[in-house]
Amino acid sequence: MAAGLDADQGLAAPSEAAPRARRRLGSFLWRHRWLRALALLALPVGAFLFVYLAALGALFVSAFWSVDPFTSEVVRTWGLDNFRQVWESEVYRRIAFRTVGIAAAVTVTDALIAFPFAYFMARIASPRTRALLFVLVMLPLWSSYLVRVYAWRLILAHDGALNWSLAKLQLPTVGVGYSNTAMWIVFSYIWLPFMILPVYAALERIPHSYLEASRDLGARGWTTLRRVVLPLALPGVVAGSIFTFSLTLGDYVTPALVGGAGSQFIGNVVFESVGIANNVPFAAAYATVPLLIMGVYLVVARRLGAFEAL
Amino acid sequence: MRRFRIAAFVALTVALAVPAAGAGEASNSGVFAKFGKGEGQLTMIAWEGYAQDQWVKPFVQQTGCKVKRTYAGSSDQMVTLMRKGGGGQYDLVSASGDASLRLIYGDDVATVDPSKIPDYKNFFQTFQSPPNNTVDGKHYGISLQWGPNTLLYNTKKVKPAPNSWAALYDSKYKGKVTVPDNPIQIADAALYLSKKQPSLGIKDPYELNQKQFDAVVALLKKQRPLVKKYWALAGDEISLFKNGDAVIGASWPYQTNTLRAAKVPVRDLIPREGATGWLDTWMMSSKAKHPTCAQMWMAWVSTPKVQAQQAIYFGETPVNRKACALMNKITKGSCAQYHANAPESYYRSIKFWKTPIADCGNGQKNCMDYTKWQQAWTQIKG
Repeated sequence: MAAGLDADQGLAAPSEAAPRARRRLGSFLWRHRWLRALALLALPVGAFLFVYLAALGALFVSAFWSVDPFTSEVVRTWGLDNFRQVWESEVYRRIAFRTVGIAAAVTVTDALIAFPFAYFMARIASPRTRALLFVLVMLPLWSSYLVRVYAWRLILAHDGALNWSLAKLQLPTVGVGYSNTAMWIVFSYIWLPFMILPVYAALERIPHSYLEASRDLGARGWTTLRRVVLPLALPGVVAGSIFTFSLTLGDYVTPALVGGAGSQFIGNVVFESVGIANNVPFAAAYATVPLLIMGVYLVVARRLGAFEAL
Repeated sequence: MRRFRIAAFVALTVALAVPAAGAGEASNSGVFAKFGKGEGQLTMIAWEGYAQDQWVKPFVQQTGCKVKRTYAGSSDQMVTLMRKGGGGQYDLVSASGDASLRLIYGDDVATVDPSKIPDYKNFFQTFQSPPNNTVDGKHYGISLQWGPNTLLYNTKKVKPAPNSWAALYDSKYKGKVTVPDNPIQIADAALYLSKKQPSLGIKDPYELNQKQFDAVVALLKKQRPLVKKYWALAGDEISLFKNGDAVIGASWPYQTNTLRAAKVPVRDLIPREGATGWLDTWMMSSKAKHPTCAQMWMAWVSTPKVQAQQAIYFGETPVNRKACALMNKITKGSCAQYHANAPESYYRSIKFWKTPIADCGNGQKNCMDYTKWQQAWTQIKG
């Protein structure tokens, strides 16, 4: 406070009114910090409240409504039928488990691939190689998501590039096209950069002195990795897993394109409930499932320190 | 539903727009003889590809009705738009069979007098009063174009040639079957069961009581492990057949023609049980502000030339029997490809889409409605 007053008086050289007014406003804001914070945050907070939370709220409210089967108009009477249907139906449960299962498999796969890659980038590669690897990691993100999924469809098709190569190598061909396996492969490929980058950031942050200290204390490479590097990199892995897990959880394009006959995700059911049956209330009720799952996931991730590594 | 066909028409646009534009001008005098002066304007909701400049421009020139087009992406959207603001914002809608009954029973559309449409008498009989736009002898619109859902198979891989829908439920083709990803597909299975298990008493594949519905859903659940993929876009099915992922499936003539053009050994047929199909109808809003222009449009799109142009452009079949010769003029052999010259019995074998509603038409209200169909479809796909 005192410093603010000093500055105000000390610098108040006789000049035009405008700079003086501005300075006065500046010191006023300096004295009332909360006002400054409010002015700074009004726009994003407002957007968050009115656009994001309000939309979520409207979605949640509509989950309690129902649809007139004949006129297909929303009937605004309260009821838990949609939630009961989600809860009791074996199919919707199976679809939810499939979605979560594949999201988890993709996350583990990406973590296993990303860790050695990020380790090499952060600690072994020369700056030149590192820059090159960065470009290579980011390169797929410059092309359209759809193009990459369609490319995989061609690779994994019955007469596609994969089986063609296998046949040339005198190996038995595989039938992974249009299946859950295909989805797992494609998701793992598509979200890999989102795992590599946070893991890289976490690994790069480990001071070299830690590793030296570990060696000085007699730890071999494997022990250092297990007791020093891995615990310090874990928040990065968890941060990356938030991306890979939530992106897979919410996707519906890849299941529609490379999935097989029994490959529906939560997103596909939501999409069809809205787009074909015009049943927004049921879609809203089912959409709360991934919301809940992500909520739990984020709480666990926070415990593991993922938010410090973002 | 019909959004699935958009891919088809996009591909055709490129291939056919140019030759179509070059077709000779036929005289259309007398088409509008039974109408007075138009209101100078016309608003319509259409499927994309249904109101192309090719046939809209000459219409505007001859009638002075300025056309304002709105494209819809689904049958549900069409129904919603027609009801918006109490109705009357749009004069016309190109409703598919899964929307038309909803519009009729919702009092959203008006009756029209077919005697004002000169070409109506040239329609194949099946399309003059089909149940999806004609209720109690009253016409709620004029039929436009249609397409069958056929059985498509790879002639090299499927032997002997199938003649029944049973092939789609045969474990011989496990993992090689593809069917449309669409709840209305339940009707295809119902049609098959109506012949296979007469004891169920299925008379109309769109009117199923709980017992019949359960039997149909059980059959489709048994089919699920045989299915490689439920296709959403015509292009999906084409690539499945091209890449050998599927050898047999339910399809439209458009896919057959595209695959054959690409030298894939396929053939399609209407199996002995018959087939389902879609039929679109131009319907006029019960609160239309420009009814004369709206009916003039119905007369215009019923003329052989426009029928042929649209059939070729979109890849579907005209309802006017005189369109056949003009189709061949635009693209050689297209009339036979799209069965535009088939005998009346062929058309009668098609069960056209209509909205499944609770009212079975026999005084009972115990049929499964469309919401049930959609939920069952999700269950089937699992």
